[in-house]
Amino acid sequence: MPERLRPNRKRFIGESVTRLEDGPLVTGRARFIADLNFPHQLHARIVRSAYACGQILSIDVREALAVDGVVAVWTAADMANVPNIPFRATAIQGLGPYTQPPLARDRVRYVGEPVAVVIAEDAYVAEDAAELVIIEIDPADPYLDAFGAPPEFAPGHSCEPVVINKGYGDVDGAFADAHRVIELDLSIGRHSAIPMETRGLIARYDEARDVLELHGAAKRPHWNRDQLADLFKLSPSRVELYENHVGGGFGVRGELYPEDLIVCFATLKLKRSIKWIEDRREHLMAANQSREQRHLVRAAIDAEGRIGAIDEILYHDQGAYVRTHGARVADMTIGLLLGPYRVPAYRARAHYRLTNKTPAATYRAPGRFEGSFVRERLIEAIANDLRRDPIDIRRLNFIAPEEMPYERGLSALETEVVLDSGDYDGLLGKALAFADWDSLRAKAAERRSAGELVGIGFGMFVEKSGLGPAEMVDMTVETDGSVTIVTGAASLGQGMETVIAQICADTIGTDYRRIRVLHGDTNRIPYGFGAHASRVTVMTGEATRRAAVIIRAKALDLAAEILGVDAAKLDIIDGVVLSLEGAGETLDLGEIARHLGPTSPLRKDREPGLSTVAWYHSKHMNYPYGVHIAQVRVDMETGQVAVEDYAVAYDVGRAINPALVEAQIVGGLAQGIGGALFEEFLYDDNGQPLSVTFADYRMVTASEMPPVKVLILEDAPSPLNPLGIKGAGEGGVNAAGAAIASAIDDALQHPGFVRQLPVTPQYIRRRLAETRALDV
Amino acid sequence: MKAAPFTLHKPGTLEEAVALLAEYGEDGGLVIAGGQSLTPMMALRVAYPPHLVDINAIEKLSQLTVGDGFLSIGATVRHAQFHRHFVEAGTLGRLLSSVVHHIAHYPIRQRGTFCGSLAHADPSSEWCLVAATLGAELRLTSTSGDRLVQINDFLDGAMSTTREPSEILTEARLPLLAENTRFGFYEFNRRAGDFALGMALVAYDLEGGKIRNARIGVGGIEEKARRLAAVEAALEGKTPDSEAFAAAAAATVADVDAMEDPTTSAQYRRDLSGVVVRRALEIAQTATRF
Ligand SMILES: Cc1cc2nc3c(=O)[nH]c(=O)nc-3n(C[C@H](O)[C@H](O)[C@H](O)COP(=O)(O)OP(=O)(O)OC[C@H]3O[C@@H](n4cnc5c(N)ncnc54)[C@H](O)[C@@H]3O)c2cc1C
Repeated sequence: MPERLRPNRKRFIGESVTRLEDGPLVTGRARFIADLNFPHQLHARIVRSAYACGQILSIDVREALAVDGVVAVWTAADMANVPNIPFRATAIQGLGPYTQPPLARDRVRYVGEPVAVVIAEDAYVAEDAAELVIIEIDPADPYLDAFGAPPEFAPGHSCEPVVINKGYGDVDGAFADAHRVIELDLSIGRHSAIPMETRGLIARYDEARDVLELHGAAKRPHWNRDQLADLFKLSPSRVELYENHVGGGFGVRGELYPEDLIVCFATLKLKRSIKWIEDRREHLMAANQSREQRHLVRAAIDAEGRIGAIDEILYHDQGAYVRTHGARVADMTIGLLLGPYRVPAYRARAHYRLTNKTPAATYRAPGRFEGSFVRERLIEAIANDLRRDPIDIRRLNFIAPEEMPYERGLSALETEVVLDSGDYDGLLGKALAFADWDSLRAKAAERRSAGELVGIGFGMFVEKSGLGPAEMVDMTVETDGSVTIVTGAASLGQGMETVIAQICADTIGTDYRRIRVLHGDTNRIPYGFGAHASRVTVMTGEATRRAAVIIRAKALDLAAEILGVDAAKLDIIDGVVLSLEGAGETLDLGEIARHLGPTSPLRKDREPGLSTVAWYHSKHMNYPYGVHIAQVRVDMETGQVAVEDYAVAYDVGRAINPALVEAQIVGGLAQGIGGALFEEFLYDDNGQPLSVTFADYRMVTASEMPPVKVLILEDAPSPLNPLGIKGAGEGGVNAAGAAIASAIDDALQHPGFVRQLPVTPQYIRRRLAETRALDV
Repeated sequence: MKAAPFTLHKPGTLEEAVALLAEYGEDGGLVIAGGQSLTPMMALRVAYPPHLVDINAIEKLSQLTVGDGFLSIGATVRHAQFHRHFVEAGTLGRLLSSVVHHIAHYPIRQRGTFCGSLAHADPSSEWCLVAATLGAELRLTSTSGDRLVQINDFLDGAMSTTREPSEILTEARLPLLAENTRFGFYEFNRRAGDFALGMALVAYDLEGGKIRNARIGVGGIEEKARRLAAVEAALEGKTPDSEAFAAAAAATVADVDAMEDPTTSAQYRRDLSGVVVRRALEIAQTATRF
């Protein structure tokens, strides 16, 4: 079409337009769960175990109950009818006996485990009374190192509920024929997402409608609704979950925890609203932790450095109970370990073990932050063994673009891993040029010869995104011409409203600011699969595009009739239907919506309303990929590592809003650097958590963040959806551990120096002493 | 994370404050100054003071003045008052303004007090190190009057002092430094604003190119900040050069009795003590007047 005929046509996809959701957030008018109150509400305070492991001998609640303003104090005995916290089933069997009761029954298994709950008229009273609940525990020795032999969890049940096996090909043959075998023992520390807003809930029983409401939902409102309905024997339509503004999730927020069951139980029993707001100390010992793993990994290689096989044994520290994710993190760690490399034969065993620590689950790039560290350490060890450049060894082993789609022969998250598209070598080349790799290396070498310990390193990674199985949207053009989209996906603050609006706007032909995206309300839409696994832009995005295509066709169909012009000769620009010829009458979307009203004569026998529902189903994830490049300086005397400079290149197929992609990467990197250098949940020998304040659990601050350069690429759009979108939520964290470890090795000119994350000053000092002793 | 119930008293005069403390001190009543250590401890329910005596309204405790050979710091003088070089205090003023930025973060420095830091006696307190290294004299006030105590007799270990529960630390006096005194401060911590894992303050006079009157202190390493006489002796009369500094570092490592906690080994802290002393000496040597 001649361009002059569409003077006002604006495109929003690919533009860094400002976020629709920012107004209330930046003016202090947001509504987080703690801001919400209901009349006559009560407050819950959880009484938590002070022991990591032991038998509950007695619980005396009398003194607490006597406090003025206390309404109830309950223990497991009072909640005997409430089942344990459910988990999302996979093919892995045998996890049932390891699930967590909402309040500890007979035994406590980690410090922070809920043992009793105090319900009071006032949050202060509840907290004061909670201190008066006397719990007598006969302590036992805790199991704290998942590498050690697993003891019994309960009679007949070992602390290792399952060993997950994956693999293909002739691994033993490859090792027998290998030119060399490279072997590593690597560990990743325990850390987790620490969203700025802690968890919080208000359960409310609406007697008038006989409905259980749960406010404070996030991440997976619909799954949680269905489970709560099941647990409390209600039909799903009698349970409603509501999301407020959410101050970050990163995987830990919005799962079903003991507290969710407790507040729902309490409101059903007392018929009053029950509010529970987690405090920071609780959060650091009650919310899901993640990452802690040990890997014994071996590679069989030929004389050039080509990988013949990888053999991996994983010890995964799940903490005290199986929670909603089941064994997913261990499963996907080994399912996605191989990243961008061709590996002809593979064998992995994941020992999924329960210890006496806070239970674990997913945290941004679960299994991949860990796996990338392991895989990239291994690649560099291969290069070092053969005295070859690690870049060459990577290139030698990359899966080529022509091999796409590439079937791994492995599964992860209940899907077959099929790498959908990617040019790994191409991305690496662009990234090295972008970061000015050769001059970075040269400058670092120069500074090293002047006595500084400066190094450059990188890590390659393949992410996964767009997890199915499905997503629907319900789209309506209102009579004022604005568009309302209802989705069952959730918002954790990532900007999904904006991105979904951008997709809708371009597809229909209107302005993204005329689009309202409603989410986080199970009452408005029957299905939804939530916000996790970098899936919203892909799944809700594609469902939105499909709905918008239908809306556009409906609008043009009626407009053609009214305007007397062939629909093919009409376009919609900025919400107005006009003729491509540039002359004649126009109709705006609001008018068309009115003409499609149920009583409008112009509608004829068309379905009433300019609205539609559309679904997108997907059996496969798609696979964005990238590289992290880090420059670090090591202070040999103190052991401190400073990250001086950083670059990330990431191919997301199609960046709907580049500024938001970049924000995801930089924000993720802050968490990645935390996991690589600072953050760690430590426990003493008795299983007492040592990281329960921000003084001890060290997240990076602005002072520790390096400048970050981000290169967003769109060279390998996903063939699985027409816009080619891949998710962008987790690439910023994924290879941070890998890249920083590699840079530290380079700074010390000691390949293989780093074997563990986080790399703390004391670890550096210990390793220096160790390696020096070896040198003697 | 909500404090247990307590009664707050806000006396307007020192006389009322000491009377209140005489009444409640023995039963766990506490002074609250900046509240930057006490309130977090109360919120975490590590501290349960039934009574708090808030001294912030007492006008005369807020004074920061230079006396005859000393700087007088009243009980409610905030960390932030040292952000800018306090000119009347000369070299000492410069020293304090170079140290203060290592304490916590900007908002905390607006509330937290110099004297509160001494009373709190955290082993990693920068002000405890300054006071111990330079030899502060403290005024403790109760209903029975004032008594003056030397800092070394005041600090008694980690979070522990010889202050009686009925006493208020009303003033800290730091000796002024000579115009030609060189000083250097070096702190190591994990993140900006974190408590020090180890730090050193050094001050010496340079006479004829030689170190005289060396004052060397370390903090964060032992249970309390301390001057290291052995290290001072090793430096006395030496030329300030890398050889002397290395010897001082070695003497430090040999002298300190490093703390251990569940996350930091004594070995690590001991090694660190030599590093921070050497780096502080290097800073003192190279620092030009600012
Ligand atoms: C995140 C964070 C980081 C911090 N980092 C550092 C750091 O790096 N270095 C550092 O030194 N400090 C640090 N602090 C502590 C801060 O400096 C405090 O302000 C200081 O330790 C105590 O001073 P305050 O006036 O706040 O005392 P308060 O909190 O009011 O009181 C502390 C204790 O001293 C007693 N007390 C206070 N004043 C008197 C008095 N005049 N007479 C008798 N008793 C008194 C109180 O009863 C209480 O027991 C940090 C604090 C926070 C929250």
